[in-house]
Amino acid sequence: MAQVATTTTPQRTALYDCHVELGAKMVDFAGWEMPIEYAGILKEHEAVRTSAGLFDLSHMGEIWVSGPAALDYLQSLFTNDLSKIEVGKCQYGCMCNAEGKVLDDMIIYRFTNKYLVVMNASNREKIVAWMKTKWVSNTKLDEQSFQTSLIAIQGPKAQELLQPHVSLDLETIPYYGFKDGKAVGIQALISRTGYTGEDGFELYLPWAEAATVWRTLVALEGVEPVGLGARDTLRLESGYALYGHELSDAITPLDASLGWVTKLDKNFVGRDALKAYKEAGVQRCLIGLDMDGKTIPREGYPIHHEGRQVGVVTSGTFSPTLKRGIALGSVETALRAEGTEIEVEIRGRNERAKVTRLPFVKGSVRGRS
Amino acid sequence: MIPDELRYTEEHEWVRLQGDVAEIGITHFAQDQLGDIVFVELPAVGFKLQTGKRFGVVESVKTVSELYSPLDGEVVEINSVLSQDSDSFDPEAVNREPYGAGWMIKAKVANTGDVDKLLDAKGYASHTEGH
Repeated sequence: MAQVATTTTPQRTALYDCHVELGAKMVDFAGWEMPIEYAGILKEHEAVRTSAGLFDLSHMGEIWVSGPAALDYLQSLFTNDLSKIEVGKCQYGCMCNAEGKVLDDMIIYRFTNKYLVVMNASNREKIVAWMKTKWVSNTKLDEQSFQTSLIAIQGPKAQELLQPHVSLDLETIPYYGFKDGKAVGIQALISRTGYTGEDGFELYLPWAEAATVWRTLVALEGVEPVGLGARDTLRLESGYALYGHELSDAITPLDASLGWVTKLDKNFVGRDALKAYKEAGVQRCLIGLDMDGKTIPREGYPIHHEGRQVGVVTSGTFSPTLKRGIALGSVETALRAEGTEIEVEIRGRNERAKVTRLPFVKGSVRGRS
Repeated sequence: MIPDELRYTEEHEWVRLQGDVAEIGITHFAQDQLGDIVFVELPAVGFKLQTGKRFGVVESVKTVSELYSPLDGEVVEINSVLSQDSDSFDPEAVNREPYGAGWMIKAKVANTGDVDKLLDAKGYASHTEGH
């Protein structure tokens, strides 16, 4: 497996100047100089839960797969089953190594004669290299990460606010569906997808023209620019996994409770290992964890049950919606039942918490694919 | 945003000395770096402060940051709006008024002369320059 190269100078998206003009705090994230916050995480989070937020996700990786063998090729790498979705729909899943450990989680879009794979920025180089080593004849791989900008608009009012600025009827795009159209006069791939638990859209745009779209949408009444800080609190309240936290190449998708996107009745790299692991008994699961008090669980804090460590917090935060600490944690499978009483060790003290149903916050999202 | 009359540490605490009691908080620079503050953990009255040692924790939405004592002394009062059990719990006071309503603790100072060893406003300003 190829090692991810570490770049010393962070890359900038086509929207860098827009972020600076808006007074964003910029941070280095996965080799990109990205906005962490503008007006503050709490305010941005609330905007997405009550109205709409605009996100720059141009750091994410995109690779097109085409050719007569494209479907078979992707099926051989992807844990989910692409043959089950129609043209115009997309699907969430993972790619694993031969041991069934997660290389990345991603969304794959199905077009008539081609596919678009959208991956995490932190794994872009690893996945592109992996896909090249697994290349088969009659497939064409075309990475477009540096030609493709990605802007998300998310929130209960996202559709009504975006509608006047697009060339198609957004109502005709179902959850995890997409269409080609124009956004602010710019050719765009428009999908009803997101990572916030709210309804909303993601717009894939030509790099050079993305700023036009951003400037128009961010100026709308009811739309706030949202940085990576609130993106994290929003996805955590929604119970969504993030690679490097809930997912890594040390665990299988089954350990992260992603059995629902791991189709062991089809063949893919890692399938045999996962099948054997499932038969032997999956050892860990991902749980939602709700604190009783006001302390805040953070990544890496130990989770205890009946006097012994049973797992670890994978992501934790103050929930801006619930006004208390929440977390996702990896624990022994036996502790997955809702209501199970556990303790999180915070600065040497065991603080009471309960295993809770995910998502923590049910937003306006139309369904989960 | 660096009041002249206060003293500072390199770890971004400020000290306001009145008689032999020091009021202690975190600076505007610190609260701005942290972002929205949602939780503060402070010691009980009577806790013995030691210069450079941890006396509490301040948490923003995204991060945890330790508080280090600028002085030796004994805690005589904590700011009730930062107490998680208080009806007036309002940790964002630290964001709004870091040198006022967002103060953290008051301590009886062991040796008031130690305050002079801390950074003055000019020294702290040069410490945070370029950030």
